[in-house]
Amino acid sequence: MTNQPPILDVRNVTKDFGGVRAVDRCSLRVMPGTITGLIGPNGAGKTTLFNVVAGALAPTSGEIHFDGQSITGLRPHQTFAHGLIRTFQIPRELRRMTVLENLMLVPGRQSGEHLWCSWLTPWKVAREERRTQARALDVLELVNLAQLANELAGNLSGGQKKLLELARTLMAEPKLVLLDEPGAGINRTLLRNLSANIVRASVERNVTFLIIEHDMRFVMTMCDPVIVMANGSVISEGTPSEVQRDPQVLEAYLGGRVSGTA
Amino acid sequence: MDIGGVIDYLIGFAIMAMIYAIFALGLNVHWGFTGLFNIGIAGFFALGAYTAALLTSPPPDPDQFEDFIFGGNLANQDLLDLGVDAWFLLGLAAAAVVCGLVALMIGTITLRLNDDYLSIATLGIAESVRFFFLNEKWAANGSKGLYRIPKFLGDVIAPESYDYLYVVVVLVILLILFAAVQRAVRSPWGRVLRAIREDEVATAASGKSVFRFKLQSFVLGSMIMGIGGALFAHHVRFLSPLTFDPLLATFVIWAMLMVGGSGNNIGAVLGAFVVWGIWAGTQFLPGILSDPSFRLFMIGVLIVAIMLLRPGGLLGEWRRIVARSPAHSSDRDPAGPD
Repeated sequence: MTNQPPILDVRNVTKDFGGVRAVDRCSLRVMPGTITGLIGPNGAGKTTLFNVVAGALAPTSGEIHFDGQSITGLRPHQTFAHGLIRTFQIPRELRRMTVLENLMLVPGRQSGEHLWCSWLTPWKVAREERRTQARALDVLELVNLAQLANELAGNLSGGQKKLLELARTLMAEPKLVLLDEPGAGINRTLLRNLSANIVRASVERNVTFLIIEHDMRFVMTMCDPVIVMANGSVISEGTPSEVQRDPQVLEAYLGGRVSGTA
Repeated sequence: MDIGGVIDYLIGFAIMAMIYAIFALGLNVHWGFTGLFNIGIAGFFALGAYTAALLTSPPPDPDQFEDFIFGGNLANQDLLDLGVDAWFLLGLAAAAVVCGLVALMIGTITLRLNDDYLSIATLGIAESVRFFFLNEKWAANGSKGLYRIPKFLGDVIAPESYDYLYVVVVLVILLILFAAVQRAVRSPWGRVLRAIREDEVATAASGKSVFRFKLQSFVLGSMIMGIGGALFAHHVRFLSPLTFDPLLATFVIWAMLMVGGSGNNIGAVLGAFVVWGIWAGTQFLPGILSDPSFRLFMIGVLIVAIMLLRPGGLLGEWRRIVARSPAHSSDRDPAGPD
């Protein structure tokens, strides 16, 4: 590994829900430019960790540094402003808005988001809207959803909603994307398409990815390094083949010690 | 009834329907676009109406009013005699500002919390406002109410043709507010509001400060309601706390938005005319059919019928279609359902 500073540095983070400790003194680092995999049995605390990193939940203790700055306890729209964007395991599409509108929402600093600008400088807003729309249509083209631009997002199939989630991250200009099970419930063809888009964003736009995924074929071909969590903390980290050989990982997945809490 | 009487009646009807249309627009900003459940419209209605009335009415005659002390009497200030009735516009603006400030206060406290808190707070504020004006006689003459609320251009226009003037005034204000709301909700600002309505978590994950937008929406909608209240005061020209009961000042406005089509501004205006038409029209029915409880029942039946037959309201929300992509088709595409 290079000696660059990590883009995401999770230090000793703990998250309790009442008596349940979902994330337990978890520390991990994500290096810039990588596609890092995050795996672990159900209930390992992966999604909770995402929620804490993205600001949806405040950590009980511990610190999170992103791109050299502390983002501990920031709200989701603030972590977004730092260049961090996440997707959801169960897609959260905006149902009664079109696919195109779902994407046009995302770019930050739109002058039309200020009430006064929408009233007083509509021409400027209209010009920005044309640009935003063109970009959104390009992104839709990329993920093969262009045909559905005018469809209400609630009418999409499960797999299409997954693609919409990915498209949403591509509309922002993120430094780090947290993908929560991008492959769940989508077929092989779509998954290949999705992988290709992730690799392209990683290479062409230098976006770093941290991906939770249960599809091992996907993880083993796409991700390097792979981080393994169990019972709320990291138990192993390394290249896909190293991780696969780690007895602790096998125990976590197969052993009786781990019971699902999610 | 002669034809002149019919016209006069229709003018009066149109004034009330358009005032209600303004409230429906305000509620549409809250509920239709942002999903804010305001069940205390009556509070903003009353605040707007009393603000405008108190600022413009002459001070009370001490022989008739024991307790009531205030009357801004802007209407007779030479200072404001700018050729048009500047006091009228000032009253409207003040009503909007007062409602906006109250909304800012309630919103700042409750909009970070679960949605239910806003509903309860709005319900509470509506009752508080009503009881304030009922019990604090010094403020607005208590249950005896405020009268002598001046007319717009009252010293110029003949009393019998006041409604002909006022219907135009209300129409112009309705059109201005309609255009303002329409432009706001069709801009990126409105897109964020609709996103919040659909899913707050996803909107926050897309980098939007959900609280800030909810607060703006709540304040804007409430200011519109304040203007509606002020227009009502100068139309009816008599206010008592009993005017602002939840039935005719909250429930009926919700009925209008539901019937016309939540999330559609034309629907909100249409709903105001339809529901007010049923409410006002049924009073001419014979016998028990013109009983107020039966008329209310009719509105209830209408709402149930709309919910069953057209759940989105008469018009419903319109989808915005953009060119370049082919027309909507149900054909499989490469990323088709799996």
